Amino acid sequence: MITRHLSSLSDTGSRVFLGVLLAGALYVSVCNLLLPETHALHVPTHVVALLGKYLCYAILAVALDLVWGYCGILSLGHAAFFGLGGYAMGMYLMRQIGDRGVYANPHLPDFMVFLNWKELPWFWHGFDFFPFALLMVVLVPGVLALGFGWLAFRSRVTGVYLSIITQAMTYALLLAFFRNEMGFGGNNGLTDFKDILGFDIQANSTRVALFVITVAALALTYTVARIMVTSTYGKVLVAIRDAESRTRFLGYRVENYKLLAFVISACMAGIAGALYVPQVGIINPSEFQPANSIEAVIWVAVGGRGTLTGAALGAVTINFLKTTFTSGFLAPYWLFVLGGTFILSTLFLPKGIVGTASTLWHRKRSEAAPAGEVAPTPQAAE
Amino acid sequence: MNTLINAPTQSKSVLYLDGVSVSFDGFRALNSLSLFLEPGEMRAIIGPNGAGKTTMMDVITGKTRPDQGEVIFDDHVDLTKLNESEIAELGIGRKFQKPTVFESHTVADNVRLALAGERTTWSALFGARDLITDNEIDTVLERVRLKSHCGRLAGDLSHGQKQWLEISMLLAQDPKLLLVDEPVAGMTDAETEDTASLLRDIAKTHSVVVVEHDMRFVRALDVKVTCLHEGSVLSEGSIDAVSTDDRVVEVYLGR
Ligand SMILES: Nc1ncnc2c1ncn2[C@@H]1O[C@H](COP(=O)(O)OP(=O)(O)O)[C@@H](O)[C@H]1O
Ligand SMILES: [Mg+2]
Repeated sequence: MITRHLSSLSDTGSRVFLGVLLAGALYVSVCNLLLPETHALHVPTHVVALLGKYLCYAILAVALDLVWGYCGILSLGHAAFFGLGGYAMGMYLMRQIGDRGVYANPHLPDFMVFLNWKELPWFWHGFDFFPFALLMVVLVPGVLALGFGWLAFRSRVTGVYLSIITQAMTYALLLAFFRNEMGFGGNNGLTDFKDILGFDIQANSTRVALFVITVAALALTYTVARIMVTSTYGKVLVAIRDAESRTRFLGYRVENYKLLAFVISACMAGIAGALYVPQVGIINPSEFQPANSIEAVIWVAVGGRGTLTGAALGAVTINFLKTTFTSGFLAPYWLFVLGGTFILSTLFLPKGIVGTASTLWHRKRSEAAPAGEVAPTPQAAE
Repeated sequence: MNTLINAPTQSKSVLYLDGVSVSFDGFRALNSLSLFLEPGEMRAIIGPNGAGKTTMMDVITGKTRPDQGEVIFDDHVDLTKLNESEIAELGIGRKFQKPTVFESHTVADNVRLALAGERTTWSALFGARDLITDNEIDTVLERVRLKSHCGRLAGDLSHGQKQWLEISMLLAQDPKLLLVDEPVAGMTDAETEDTASLLRDIAKTHSVVVVEHDMRFVRALDVKVTCLHEGSVLSEGSIDAVSTDDRVVEVYLGR
């Protein structure tokens, strides 16, 4: 069984993807930590943090691709899971501040002192303890996805209607987290973090470590998703995507299949959010913005829906463009660039970058193969 | 699983519909329909477009809930209380009017997903279905002469081949009762003949309900025929009796 699961990583796409991640992690950490700042190849720390942020988005994209690309669930609410994971981590980081806040209150975060609160709300308990926070990072998004998905899939909400209610879910969270009384720092969110696990969050070495952990998390997310989609389970997901009622009439409990993918995807998005927060230094309700979820869909579409690697590539590419365009004189045009990229890729690369590349690659290979020979059964879409 | 088909059965009916009515916004698609199918029987259903043939299959397979009436499988199972996957698990398989296969899967994988066996998410993730051998798949595909196409994507098949692939998925599922909706639509004459003999062959070991317009095909099946009209049975009997029934000629064949 283990060998079968490992064999799902033996395709070219996986090998290239994991290879690039490993090489990138090595390169960035060596060139940041060991080379002097004056060296031409030195990677500055702010770049490390930026790359780390892109990779968090890549994890989110892989998570989204698992449900959208393979199961046809167009979730416009994945920012909610990302944000919740982020808040869970943010709460831990707030507790790490201790009495070093502006008000030097050893028991309460600054914003609670400011609101004149006397006591830590019950749902903040436990967040001093890192393993508990980590558990919440996956548990909170997972449980939300479980409840939401159970209701939606059981009532057979699909297509546009499902997209709309996922959007409503993230919007509801946006409004809730804006309120000061909720106890999550309201509008300002959680910020001014000092340490993580006792390490200075601003230090080079911490930054590099967070980056490397993000790379590892992306590799792990990819591996789990890849194992899922290449198994029979993944084939059933694709079957549901292509012909849901046919799948039901074959005796598959479609809602269970969808629910599992949705919950795992939400947990992955939570992990992405948790890694994002220490690297960006802040989490606030704007992470729940409906537009964020829609942007994630664009990453996946541009990179190649149903390819996993494409989702990650799309996230990094579009966010690189975003960084480029939103700084400097081009800033006002970013939304046009984003919209334009999406429209152009839908028109000219309907399978996305990786989907198109892989089609061309297979065509070239089958031309090279002796005519008349039927290709061996391909494993799920790459 | 395979023991189900040939097991001697005491039951008197594999399918029993009595007084089944279905309305869509006031329009009666089924109007007090009754139908009785003996174990091992193959039945052909004919009738003009809109007669309610597909709706009848929707009711049997749990897609549509009847407003009234009884739908009993195997003498004791009330199908109106179950959903599609539960009904499929009981052993009722269905071919849709519009051929429906998993287009982005290979022909072999289409059959793999259909083959009888566990269908839980757990078994799908951790492998029970991966133990299915190519042999089992080939055996099924041979019967519909698609073995040489096993590596192709189902979406690339011709219309007739998709119909056959869907029938082969039914075979793989190994149900007690097969519901086959317009299997020869869009097929050439030769393909139609092949399909008739395939269905006759399947009928040796299964109960089958076939809906079809093509009278030559129905004749080739050589089984009892039921003609539906406006949601209820207009005439029932041998093909010769039904096709010379004045009412059938008037509403269906005559036009
Ligand atoms: N879901 C539905 N909603 C409304 N009307 C329907 C629905 N399904 C079927 N009908 C109507 O019920 C009648 C019977 O349809 P159908 O069972 O498909 O006929 P047949 O298969 O015999 O051609 C038709 O008039 C059709 O328009
Ligand atoms: Mg019909």
